[in-house]
Amino acid sequence: MKQFAALIAALDQTTSTTKKKEALMRYFREAPEADRIWTIALFTHRRPRRSVNTTLLRAWAGELAGIPLWMVEECWHIAGDMSECLAALLPPGDGQCTLSLAECMDEIGSWKSLEPETVREAVVNIWMGMSRHERFVFNKLITGGFRVGVSQQLLVQSLAKLLELEDAVVALRLSGNWRPQTTSWRELLLDERRDDARLYPFYLAYPLEQDLAQLGQPEDWYAEWKWDGIRGQLVSRGGQVHLWSRGEELISAQFPELTQHEALAGLNAVVDGEILAWSEDKPMPFQVLQSRLGRKQVSASTMKKAPVVMLAYDLLEWEGEDIRHKPHHERRALLEDLLRSADLPMLKLSPLVSFESWQELKTLHTQSREQMAEGFMLKQRNATYQTGRRKGSWWKWKTDPYTVDAVMIYAQRGHGRRAGLYTDFTFAVYDAQRNLVPFTKAYSGLSDDEFSAINRWIKDHTIERFGPVCSVEAQLVFEIAFEGIGESKRHKSGVAVRFPRMVRWRRDKTVQEINTLDDLRKMIGAS
Amino acid sequence: MLISFTERGFYCAQGDFYIDPWKPVPRAVITHAHADHSYRGHGHYLAHHISGPVMRLRLGADISLETLEYGEKRYINGVELSLHPAGHIPGSAQVRVAYKDEVWVISGDYKTEDDGLCTPFEPVRCTHFVTESTFGLPLFRWRPQEEIFSEMLQWIGGLAAEGRNAFIHAYSLGKAQRLIRALHRHGVPILVHGSVRNTNKALLEAGLDIPNPPTVSAQQHIAPGTVIIAPASASESNWTKRFEPFGEGAASGWMALRGTRRWMNAERGFALSDHADWDGLRAAVLATGATNVFVTHGYAALFSRFLTEVHGLNAQVVRTSFTGESADMREEETS
Repeated sequence: MKQFAALIAALDQTTSTTKKKEALMRYFREAPEADRIWTIALFTHRRPRRSVNTTLLRAWAGELAGIPLWMVEECWHIAGDMSECLAALLPPGDGQCTLSLAECMDEIGSWKSLEPETVREAVVNIWMGMSRHERFVFNKLITGGFRVGVSQQLLVQSLAKLLELEDAVVALRLSGNWRPQTTSWRELLLDERRDDARLYPFYLAYPLEQDLAQLGQPEDWYAEWKWDGIRGQLVSRGGQVHLWSRGEELISAQFPELTQHEALAGLNAVVDGEILAWSEDKPMPFQVLQSRLGRKQVSASTMKKAPVVMLAYDLLEWEGEDIRHKPHHERRALLEDLLRSADLPMLKLSPLVSFESWQELKTLHTQSREQMAEGFMLKQRNATYQTGRRKGSWWKWKTDPYTVDAVMIYAQRGHGRRAGLYTDFTFAVYDAQRNLVPFTKAYSGLSDDEFSAINRWIKDHTIERFGPVCSVEAQLVFEIAFEGIGESKRHKSGVAVRFPRMVRWRRDKTVQEINTLDDLRKMIGAS
Repeated sequence: MLISFTERGFYCAQGDFYIDPWKPVPRAVITHAHADHSYRGHGHYLAHHISGPVMRLRLGADISLETLEYGEKRYINGVELSLHPAGHIPGSAQVRVAYKDEVWVISGDYKTEDDGLCTPFEPVRCTHFVTESTFGLPLFRWRPQEEIFSEMLQWIGGLAAEGRNAFIHAYSLGKAQRLIRALHRHGVPILVHGSVRNTNKALLEAGLDIPNPPTVSAQQHIAPGTVIIAPASASESNWTKRFEPFGEGAASGWMALRGTRRWMNAERGFALSDHADWDGLRAAVLATGATNVFVTHGYAALFSRFLTEVHGLNAQVVRTSFTGESADMREEETS
């Protein structure tokens, strides 16, 4: 663990990608094989499920530290990270624990079938043999919430450089279903045989920030509606079909209609597209699709209420050949042929939007919401299919968000990065009787200077405190932007918004000028 | 009660004076010279003699100021008043106020670790104790300062090897001198921001024995591995340009949390505070023998609940305008 913990510390202490890469390469040169495999697994989100109940962990840590449970809970909230919180609360350890990362992971894996008392003994033993930083890393492993400042891309680049392979080859080999417990370094990275289920890394677009004219000639670009569903990759190889999410999780079981069809198994191709709830030849709202997500099994009634299709927009592999290097227009032609001849109701072509000029496209863009789309995807006709998020050939051009002016009524101390400061705010609008009704929380979108100024203001305008939350005088007005709005029975206001954030602190406005609940309700009608 | 909590600050009616008031009053006793304890506009000030020159620097040379030594007594209308070391920054004091059978100690800001710079904190027995709680959570446990300094030296050495300087954010009163003292002993070349230099001058004038590193001059060549000590607010100005390339570090108790390290955007955070940590706060409270504890700025609600439930004390929260060590280091000079 010491070696792995040192790697995490090195990655944590620098923002330079060069230094992160150096640290990773050094680690992959020096660490034992089983540890290297586990490290790749953890950095690519292949962590085992949580094996210890975290309530128990907090209780054990509290007992060891001689602190009541309520205090542990408060500390957790303030630190914003349970692993860090518990590592800090525990009494000092002796640093004698010599378990390797792989040995730790094996140990953790064995806990599932054990009695809590036995697990407690094992956890306490390890805790007391570790430094504070090792404990932090260990806690991340047992709580299953492992995140480090290493992008998939950085990991791939480091391994590729070390092994003298191309980035794309490494990315492909790391993708898909493999288990760190049973995979060797050779099988994972050096074996050229490809597992049939393996997916290609997704090509992701950046938001369009420049003017359309800067993209060049309109005839060099495709425009497609940007669908409000989830990205998927349908892999049909060797008579088997697998469906992957953008997070590289296998979601076949959640969408039987996209995977359990003989004709799909015969496609022998890899298709990139958007999964949407679909009815009467048009998309249904995202909330409908949501009922299909995150399930192990999907019931017949859910499938009936939320039928899905995939709108295909790219072809990555065709008849066993990786065609990502071909220009987009060639891939598109092959995709169109393939779908035409297959003629499958659940696998549709995402249509191109034809346009002669950028001006025309701008006009069409204003119709996005009527099309049930979030805007356009712009893709260069000659572009290859690339790996990861890249600028240049693909752009997402989203519709402008909805915005309203609302007043801050509660402030909550942030946690994690912003512990000690008020950063999470609750906003209200007026109802018909001019009462303030909270409708959303938001915590991002302001500059550090604005946060500082608002924190000073809060100190002098607090009405009441309850734990980390305080109510403040309803004076500060903010412009709140969000991507979507729907009805909600769970919220007092009766509306729920998606991706809310503060776009501006409206120092020029008073609380009398904010929007109303009625304004929000009208937006539901329009969306 | 001998001391009441008013909207101007802590007030002793019997002696007719305030302690660390935040609105103008005729007579103020000041625990230490940080801005959130030592406000402008009072008629008369009483403070420790080391605080004197810094207060004159910050509040004006013409303030009416009287100074005391630690332990020296004053009698005001029968009230016995004295100052005792708080260990927070040079000149920081706990104010002891005694009358009949009530003994109050208003501790201002304090730390229990001996930093080698200030007169170390001394517990003072009392019946009523007013304590801060900036880091009043068991999350905060400081490591010995020598360990932190040795990590800092290692970091500076690494930067020097890359041909870079080290830019360290620190409050100009207290933290800056603590860093200077530690780094100076290891022969590290140091340059300071003007506000640190001025503070040093005032402290030297008060008789404190501290190294006095220079500010940078316009044409000066700066050798790699130089440490620049400046308040965080300076890092947003053009002033920093001449020190490039440099690595940025911050010295603050908040650096104990991974999250706040990121928020402050420092390359390296060093958990070094002039406030007591969890163990320090508890030890300090218990050592006073006071059964009535008043908890001010920081995690006041949680700390006072803990004192009540676990230690059986009569603890309560008192609202003040003190800020302690701000998690936002750009709020300079409030600690």
